[in-house]
Amino acid sequence: MLNIEIDGKQLTVEPGTTIIDAADAAGIYIPRFCYHKKLSVAANCRMCLVQVEKAPKPMPACATPVTDGMKVMTRSETALKAQKAVMEFLLINHPLDCPICDQGGECQLQDLAVGYGMGNSRYAEEKRVVLNKNIGPLISTDMTRCIHCTRCVRFGQEIAGIMEMGQIGRGEHSEITTFIESSIGSELSGNIIDLCPVGALTSKPFRYSARGWELTTRPSISPHDGLGANLAVETKNNSVFRVLPRDNEEINECWLSDKDRFAYEGLNSPERLQRPMVKRYGEWRECDWPEALEAVAGGLKRVRSENGDAQIGALASPHATVEELYLLHKLMHGIGNGNVDHRLRQSDFSADANLQGAPWLGMAIAEVEKLDSVLVVGSTLRADHPLLAHRLRQAVKRGAQLNLINPVDDDLLCDVANKAIVAPDAMVQTLDQVRRALAGESVAGMAGSIAASLRQGERKAVLLGNLAQHHPRYADLHAMAQQVAELLGAKFGFLGEAANSVGAYLAGAVPDEAGMNAAQMLEEPRRAYILLGTEAELDSYNPAKTLAALQSAQLVVALSPYKHHALDYAHVLLPVAPFSETSGTFVSTEGRAQSFSAAVKPLGETRPAWKVLRVLGNLMELPGFDYESSEQVRAEALHGDLSAKLNNRLKAPVAKPVGAAAGGLQRIGEVPIYHADSIVRRAAALQKTAAAGVPTAAMNGETLDRAGVVEGMDVIVCQGAGSVVLKAARDDRLPHDCVRVPAGHPATAMLGGMLDEIVVERAG
Amino acid sequence: MNKIKSFFSTFLLIELLKGMALTGRYMFARKITVQFPEERTPMSPRFRGLHAQRRYPNGEERCIACKLCEAACPALAITIESAQREDGTRRTTRYDIDLTKCIFCGYCEEACPVDAIVETRVFDYHGEKRGDLYYTKDMLLAVGDKHEAQIARDRAADAKYR
Repeated sequence: MLNIEIDGKQLTVEPGTTIIDAADAAGIYIPRFCYHKKLSVAANCRMCLVQVEKAPKPMPACATPVTDGMKVMTRSETALKAQKAVMEFLLINHPLDCPICDQGGECQLQDLAVGYGMGNSRYAEEKRVVLNKNIGPLISTDMTRCIHCTRCVRFGQEIAGIMEMGQIGRGEHSEITTFIESSIGSELSGNIIDLCPVGALTSKPFRYSARGWELTTRPSISPHDGLGANLAVETKNNSVFRVLPRDNEEINECWLSDKDRFAYEGLNSPERLQRPMVKRYGEWRECDWPEALEAVAGGLKRVRSENGDAQIGALASPHATVEELYLLHKLMHGIGNGNVDHRLRQSDFSADANLQGAPWLGMAIAEVEKLDSVLVVGSTLRADHPLLAHRLRQAVKRGAQLNLINPVDDDLLCDVANKAIVAPDAMVQTLDQVRRALAGESVAGMAGSIAASLRQGERKAVLLGNLAQHHPRYADLHAMAQQVAELLGAKFGFLGEAANSVGAYLAGAVPDEAGMNAAQMLEEPRRAYILLGTEAELDSYNPAKTLAALQSAQLVVALSPYKHHALDYAHVLLPVAPFSETSGTFVSTEGRAQSFSAAVKPLGETRPAWKVLRVLGNLMELPGFDYESSEQVRAEALHGDLSAKLNNRLKAPVAKPVGAAAGGLQRIGEVPIYHADSIVRRAAALQKTAAAGVPTAAMNGETLDRAGVVEGMDVIVCQGAGSVVLKAARDDRLPHDCVRVPAGHPATAMLGGMLDEIVVERAG
Repeated sequence: MNKIKSFFSTFLLIELLKGMALTGRYMFARKITVQFPEERTPMSPRFRGLHAQRRYPNGEERCIACKLCEAACPALAITIESAQREDGTRRTTRYDIDLTKCIFCGYCEEACPVDAIVETRVFDYHGEKRGDLYYTKDMLLAVGDKHEAQIARDRAADAKYR
């Protein structure tokens, strides 16, 4: 430990600490622009110059490590003179357009100019002008304002894993730009808006809509992926204006994925349902709450008395809160059956009886960064879990070995030690080979190298992604992955698909032995369905089958924030609040329960879903629906030690012998990043990004040839009775005999199973 | 003695005569009453009356929706909503001043970086209903258009002190 003195304060710090870190820890502020605690040190803005005793010149605090006995003066005459001079230089080319700059009021340069700038500029010459770049629908640029701190460049290199922005030119001609004027495609790109200390990079959807000082910040939790990122929801006039990250080292650090950041536009969508609607004699009409709820209760009672309890089924979104899911569970059990499920995209439920708890990540999110070797089975990591993928990328950077068994080979922006890119059917076989290799058999090929790689290192993990969880042989994958993990002594976990995938298990939104699971409810259509927050035709494994089941039902009650396709099949639409308008709890994939309260009041006559379900319980004359707050519901739903209820291990992990792959083409139906839930589907800016483009039918060259089509041609894609015309695309990284057709998108909502057989024909 | 004094002063109407003498003096003094609205008192170019929104000579509104006036307003009388206009510029979609809240302190005018919101010499406006004194952007621009010549003269007169 070294003893140093900053501004007369005696400090003891670790060797290797920089002056700025030591000062930050001691609560002494040193002005800075280019320094950021999560990025490498560039020391190019020179704002943090401080005086160090015995040093001939002022030193940059961010790049000067402390030495024993060092005396630092941050506010001495020399230091202040240096800092003021730097500020004067920075302001030479900075335009005086604060009144129209979106950063105004929350601008680091503006703030520091108050402290270190002069009232007047001594610079009378012409200021330089830099042309703006069009870098996509999320970020707007004003590059004249740039002070070349290169935070955005370093973020791309070090965090996002892809250097999309760079600095070209020198001196006065230097500018920050994308490589050959392309737009930014990173799923973490929004963070450069926060990083930019000036108004050079600002949010496009938020552009000119409000000032920082007008907005009220309310803490919330991300309702999208399983990470549970901490959000600061900024509101004005009872609507959400933007979403910023809230620092939480253990979860999202100071980052936010674009999905979490820009999806708020969906909350203000014109498609929001504002009043309950009832379909009478084939006509939709708006009505008041009592009428709608009476219609629901009456309808459910009728189905119950005429057709029996078991004819009612409930399908919930895993993006619903614990409270909502618990009340749905309680409602369904009160009605007399346990037909409630949130796993609409799962197709294989045969492991259910063997489950010992809620499947979860198997470790803390922060531990992912410290792994030495990882096997990820079936995941479009960057799309499904942007910030977990970032953690994995950091692990790989540190030297971890990342192994993949995956049907798609999307660029993970980091080194992948071994990857087995195989057809979905063959994933089971490949995993089995890895298992056998680890058990001592000699296995050649990729499976052998994966096994060899997994043996290295101390901290290991086997993770099952969304594609594995949706897989028609999920139970086998689960059992094998568990065996692989046991053979390795590795952690075993699931990358939770949605904000509340774990919470849904804990809240009981899964059927017990007597109840039916999602697949059964759709396979043997029920007379009545309750849909909680789900657009079932987009959120389920087999949209065609789902739609058929819902259309044949006598009563479909949809609790949803949006008017959506439910208008075609539902009978009652109840407007319920999205996460920003209700209190609730999400249990993230690492098993962390995070409660939040409403950021704004419910829109129109929208009501929080837990209140709607509570009243529905009362109307159905069920006991125990007398809650007065969501906290009461939470206390009942999540009592006791949560970690004891998390368990990935099957009681008896027996994997069926590997079957032969079926002939024909197989669909790889992953869920695109910006079509994963109903809020993000309505976020206008995200929908303009390349990642939200119209789905194509992608195949490798050989498969294209065999189907007799070429890239760009229209093809008819059929599954069962459903067919759709898509553009053929070529992706040679895909395995043979596979067609990648994304699910969750309205354009492919008439197709069948996400990983089932598919037929591709030439159109016309 | 006092009793006799008060008897005579009451009886001889001394107070009345004193009062009439004052009235008589003012009858011949210089008149200071102004026959409003035909006549008006002189005004300072800094007079803070009814607000106006100004335009540039080419007809473009000056306001750039920086919201500094809204932030400066101590009475919270100003409400602004802004958005990007089709040509990409920053503009208000709503600019309201509630004159029943306004205390005519002039901070809005002082905060404005582009001299868009100004206080004019107009003080004799009225509203028949409370809502009449809720001035919207169009009304403020209309005031500005009507009095632009005077507003510009006043700004010019005060320019060297600002």
